[in-house]
Amino acid sequence: MANNQFITPAKAARGLGSAKSGTSDHIRQRVTAIAMVFLVPWFLYSVIHASGAGYDGAVEWAGKPWNAILLILTAGAAFYHMRIGMQIVIEDYIGKTGTRSALLILNSFACIALFATVALSVLKLWIGADA
Amino acid sequence: MSGTKQADSRPLSPHLGIWRYHATMFASITHRFTGMAMYFGTFLIAAWLVALASGPDAFAVFEPIISSIPGQVILFLWTVAVLFHLANGIRYLFWDGPHIGFDPKTASAVSVFNYVFAVLASVAIWAVVLLA
Repeated sequence: MANNQFITPAKAARGLGSAKSGTSDHIRQRVTAIAMVFLVPWFLYSVIHASGAGYDGAVEWAGKPWNAILLILTAGAAFYHMRIGMQIVIEDYIGKTGTRSALLILNSFACIALFATVALSVLKLWIGADA
Repeated sequence: MSGTKQADSRPLSPHLGIWRYHATMFASITHRFTGMAMYFGTFLIAAWLVALASGPDAFAVFEPIISSIPGQVILFLWTVAVLFHLANGIRYLFWDGPHIGFDPKTASAVSVFNYVFAVLASVAIWAVVLLA
């Protein structure tokens, strides 16, 4: 600390360097987007197909290994993408620090809770399906 | 930082005085709006899977909600939002990655296309579902 008294604030800031993580959310948002370019068309087609077959048909559909795996992958990409998207909107429009922090935390909780809920529901249907 | 050269010339923020409404601006706002709408629409999709996993009794409670007129309207609007966000999102990937489609005429045309695609494809999908 003592040494810092003799260097200018700009010099101190340069010495700290960048964390090299400034673009991580930007990149993750695009990587999850690329995944969903393939997953979302499958999801739409598949869900529409399954939802027309009533309860038994839908349970059978979700219990098939490939459907279960793709459902969990879709949910993972979607909730990650959603979390970053909502975070950016909160950061853009909510100025008050307390409200902003509360909403950012709520956003993380909601997305992670939704992912866990969906993933476990799909796992239950998969494991519960007749082999 | 004198003497540093930018690798390529970067776009400047438009000045408020010369701002005008244009297709890419609407598409950008719609992209964000549909993103927010889908955030809450996803709760409904998640509820469907939870009801499915919870057994026939839970599904019997949930099914009438999603089959009701308001439920069907929400699902239709959700389809429009997903398809717009998907089409417009693919355009953003082409912008960000290979830098394709940046010139104003193409960008505007793609914006209009994304709206038309979202609406027509949603109507087509729902026509197939409801007529099946």
